[in-house]
Amino acid sequence: MMSDNQRSYTIEVNHVTRVEGHGSIRINTREGVVEDVKLCIVEANRFFEAFVRGMGPEEIPWIVSRICGICCVGHQLASTKAVEAAIGVVPGAQTIELRKLLNLSQFLQSHVLHVYFLAVPDFFGAPSVLPLAKTHTEVVKRALALKKLANDFTAVVGGRTLHPMANTVGGWRKVPDKDALAAIRKRLLDALPEYEATVDLVSTLEIPPYERDTEYVSLTHPDEYALYDGEVRGSDMDGTASVDSYLSICNEFTVAHSTTKWSKWHRDSYMVGALARVNNNFAQLHPKAQETAQKLGLRVPCVNPYMNNVAQVVEIVHCAYESIALIEKVLDTGLRDEDFTVTPKAGQGAGATEVPRGLLFHDYTFGDDGRCVAANAVIPTSQNINNIERDMKHFVPLMLPTMSQKDLTLHMEMLLRAYDPCISCSVHMLDVEFVGGEEHPGEPC
Amino acid sequence: MKDTEKPKPKIAFFDFAGCEGCQLALLNCEDVVLDLLELVDIVEFREALSEKAHRYDISFIEGSINREEDAQRLRDIRARSKYVVALGACACMGNVQARSNFVAPAENFAVVYGEEARNRVQTDREYWPLWAHTRVRSVDEVVPVDYQLRGCPMIPEEFLSLVKSLLAGSIPFFPPKPVCVECKMNCNECVFDQGRTCMGQVTYAGCNAVCINNGYVCDGCRGLLPGANLDAHRQLLRESGLTDAQIESRYRLFCSQAETKHTGQ
Repeated sequence: MMSDNQRSYTIEVNHVTRVEGHGSIRINTREGVVEDVKLCIVEANRFFEAFVRGMGPEEIPWIVSRICGICCVGHQLASTKAVEAAIGVVPGAQTIELRKLLNLSQFLQSHVLHVYFLAVPDFFGAPSVLPLAKTHTEVVKRALALKKLANDFTAVVGGRTLHPMANTVGGWRKVPDKDALAAIRKRLLDALPEYEATVDLVSTLEIPPYERDTEYVSLTHPDEYALYDGEVRGSDMDGTASVDSYLSICNEFTVAHSTTKWSKWHRDSYMVGALARVNNNFAQLHPKAQETAQKLGLRVPCVNPYMNNVAQVVEIVHCAYESIALIEKVLDTGLRDEDFTVTPKAGQGAGATEVPRGLLFHDYTFGDDGRCVAANAVIPTSQNINNIERDMKHFVPLMLPTMSQKDLTLHMEMLLRAYDPCISCSVHMLDVEFVGGEEHPGEPC
Repeated sequence: MKDTEKPKPKIAFFDFAGCEGCQLALLNCEDVVLDLLELVDIVEFREALSEKAHRYDISFIEGSINREEDAQRLRDIRARSKYVVALGACACMGNVQARSNFVAPAENFAVVYGEEARNRVQTDREYWPLWAHTRVRSVDEVVPVDYQLRGCPMIPEEFLSLVKSLLAGSIPFFPPKPVCVECKMNCNECVFDQGRTCMGQVTYAGCNAVCINNGYVCDGCRGLLPGANLDAHRQLLRESGLTDAQIESRYRLFCSQAETKHTGQ
């Protein structure tokens, strides 16, 4: 009987599960040689950048939040910053602190969701988190509790968990209730052992050892681990680039097999996300997060993309401690209702923020009537897609001689999920499709 | 009675063009997710696709239908489902992206991907299947829908109420009243009295006026209430200082489909 690695085959994974959005992986091998690897993004178009034209400044962050459910806070924050830059609004210190809290809550929510629900099942060999509810009840209960805490955190700061409405251009529509915020702080403190247990869980997982050096791109800030604000840093450059120059950072281009636009900067591709941030700004992580990295064997610079899951856990620890400290600060200062009336006017502005999946840019232009005439958003996943496909092209030939088709498929899906891709956002993903020189071997994946 | 005596109802989730926030809203019912799993089999979200032989008791459809290939997939799901429920504003009424229907797809492609890419999409056969955007359709424009769970995002309490009703063999009911009613019950000051404008008078309630409770206004994400006096509402907006163009844009934030399509509820 012929072993898998001698056959010519095509692996197709269509509509890869447990990624946000729709994508497929297509791998073509002939006589044990990889002919082609393609990451196809099949998400339907929604044309946000086209249909927001005509909207007023306050409507934009509220509507573009709908680009993605998981990343709604990030889209709101980046677009709010861009709109403020366009019409010359400078938010107050309290607003910025509330936005940072909102962003931290989203990191906690998204990273917990990704690590427990979308990535961990692979390591337990389970098709999803649902069977784990029976076999690993404690793990699932902890995951649900941590997710609920993060969701409640978002709701207290932003008004609700999904598409929160409290943040707007220039300020906060309704400031959070102090007692509710204090209660969140207490729950975060109480949950520290649960975050620790998350670290322990991830320390038991065997991370595939594949490495490929690439450029790592993230925000960077002189005073803090950059999540809400900063300048852009690529690991291939000295110094930083301004957010306004984002078009010459992303250099977007289109390919036939993807409804997402692709990006590249100093090299053929680059990576954004938790691993890029940890690589670029490690020294500014909370000491407990640095300890976590050490415990999990993450040493920077780390060039194993599968380690992105580990970097997310490092950031979970960072965000938990940062949130506790920032809530204390906000409560000490006290919360006031602020005037946030804005006057629409003509102008153009870009804004960026780090979101769980990486660097996010929004850019808006308003005409003389104060209505939007042009919009652009560059999403973390679309910046990553090119890098993911290059990882696949690099890793598949390394894996092919020793792995069965089934394992290879699993490793490709795990790689894709390690990037935590959000394809709803990026089209604004994944079946693996093994396409063969000969007949299709066996059942479709 | 043992669990084994009666097979659990099969529930499936299918997502089309949307933000997948409604599935997330369901995952966010942390307190009841595990209990729900005791009562039903959730046929795993996207993996349900490969199980062609299956029939489903309740299929939840998230997202709008933007391409013919998606419409065909939806018809297939309908044929295998006892109940089809439109989950969230995208499935119920096309949601914000239906605003793109007022512009030709070719122009939308050019705005988002550039002229050069648009031209390639239109002339290069290799691009066609992925890029075959027609227009943004709600689920009930393609197949008959049994129930709608409105809102952007959908309201988890309504989801649970619907599932409980169907499991108990009763008919889910969502009282047709405007958001204004719930807003009054929350003792909010009317946003019109604050010099702002609102869609609450003509919007299907069920959200407990959550946006107004949190300092914002209603933008109508749950869709227009059947029978609402839209002419009177437009007149109210006009008297509050909005131009006709601004009123259209307001309606077209979430409810643009209302202008291009009329469905009996």
